Amino acid sequence: MLDSTLGELQAALAARRVSSVELTRAFLERIQALNGALNAFITVDETMSLAQAREADQRLARGEAQPLTGIPVAHKDIFCTRELRTTCGSRMLEHYTSPYDAHVIEQFGRAGAVLLGKTNMDEFAMGSSNETSYFGPARNPWGRTLVPGGSSGGSAVAVAARMAPVATGTDTGGSIRQPAALTGVCGLKPTYGLVSRYGMVAFASSLDQGGPLARCASDLALMLNVMAGHDARDSTSLPRPKEDYACELGLSLKGLRIGLPKEYFGEGVDGGVLERVRAAIAWFEAQGARTVEIALPNTHLAVPVYYVLAPAEASSNLSRFDGVRYGHRATQFTDLADMYCRTRAEGFGAEVQRRILVGTYVLSHGYYDAYYLKAQKVRRLIARDFEAAFGRCDLIMGPTTPTTAFALGAKTDDPVQMYLNDIFTIPAPLAGLPALSVPCGFDARGLPVGLQVMGPHFAEAKMLGAAHQYQRATDWHRQLPKEAPL
Amino acid sequence: MSLTQDQIRRIAQLARIAVPEDESGAVRERLNRVLGMIDQLQAVDTAGIEPMSHALDVVQPLRADAVTEADQRARFQSGAPAVEGGLYLVPKVLE
Repeated sequence: MLDSTLGELQAALAARRVSSVELTRAFLERIQALNGALNAFITVDETMSLAQAREADQRLARGEAQPLTGIPVAHKDIFCTRELRTTCGSRMLEHYTSPYDAHVIEQFGRAGAVLLGKTNMDEFAMGSSNETSYFGPARNPWGRTLVPGGSSGGSAVAVAARMAPVATGTDTGGSIRQPAALTGVCGLKPTYGLVSRYGMVAFASSLDQGGPLARCASDLALMLNVMAGHDARDSTSLPRPKEDYACELGLSLKGLRIGLPKEYFGEGVDGGVLERVRAAIAWFEAQGARTVEIALPNTHLAVPVYYVLAPAEASSNLSRFDGVRYGHRATQFTDLADMYCRTRAEGFGAEVQRRILVGTYVLSHGYYDAYYLKAQKVRRLIARDFEAAFGRCDLIMGPTTPTTAFALGAKTDDPVQMYLNDIFTIPAPLAGLPALSVPCGFDARGLPVGLQVMGPHFAEAKMLGAAHQYQRATDWHRQLPKEAPL
Repeated sequence: MSLTQDQIRRIAQLARIAVPEDESGAVRERLNRVLGMIDQLQAVDTAGIEPMSHALDVVQPLRADAVTEADQRARFQSGAPAVEGGLYLVPKVLE
């Protein structure tokens, strides 16, 4: 059961071969066995999860099954939940329980899912290795001395190690796709505006987007069907008619035009990564797809643009943490200003503080035009690169990350080295485009490699179709990480 | 450009984050590394390019100016560090 797809779990529950309580208990036991070593979950409440599972079993018995009724789902600890605390990986919110559920949480509730727990993450989603979490890093099940990627590292580890069948994540500059690639699972960042940000703790609001992590693309489609949908409480939520993201899983690859950006296959990309990505693209060609060489000439500017815009938006969003209405408050202070300063120095970790300071600086008087406005202009150049490219191809493919998983501690001393790990995942959110990562093999050290598929706005169904066809012919996603034997 | 120690103090004050004196050198060094990377943008020709603030260039939707939320003050305040009589408590501001 632990190794099953959502489709298989739905069938087993419908045929009464397994109950939701049995299924939920199996995953809770798996979490209990592995979480000490992998640290994928920050909060689990067995009593609450089993109570939800019992209710699901009653609904199943009454024939009232919704798409995910009885299926346990893990949520990144950035989605507000009334039932469990929401820490966002921060000391600031260590004891915070939200008075409301995020829209995404409501959607899973309506679909009948069981809340399995809240997963580990980089503090306020700021990080690419999970090492900025106040609760300690999640560890990569392919090697416990390796990072799982971030910021949705706990969700990726939970799915990779079969501690959850599927999980949610959020992606601002790669936080779903990069950990998916580094742990050998699938992850999708949808088009900006498809998934409501209501109740999703804000980092960089013009980029943040929720999305699913799963072991196969068809499960991503089922998850997105639940997550996507208009919500008036998020002013950037798009009023689009409901779509079935599984409708193109049978996609014919014949004549599909795949764009290969030369900037994604050059210097700085590991040989082992390139080899696996090229082999995957060759498979698509063998199925009748055509490759087109394209240029995304401003790719090298994506990281600097991102590290102006994201910190600027973060410095504004995180000003709400003032030790007055909720969250941490310092115990020692002299006056109100001192209380703010100490509360924020104690409550935020080093990386979050650094980004707030960078953001404060680039927005400050005299520097706004030179940094913030300049970055917004270059952002448009990057978006235009994609517009031009999608005139010549249907999908773009390349590596998700320049390297496979790196060692814990390897990049913590140099923020810029850490940031450059996201060079291929940052461009898509800047342009608001959907992008996914699908496992495409292992490097010489046996570590998973991710193939990134990017599409025009709202091309999710086609991208999932391409990934699904690839997974029908390969078994990379079925391999079990060596630190998580069944 | 490179930030001075004075600028770091000013930014930290604007951001309401206490940076201890003995850490401010390390904070400055790392911030300057990030700003050095960001400075690549200055060389880009962006003449005539409109700034892009939203990925899909959509217009903000409007809604009726009507109350849709019920009063949940007690519930919201249950997670506050210090409240009394329905009010949030902060250190004395006026003498």
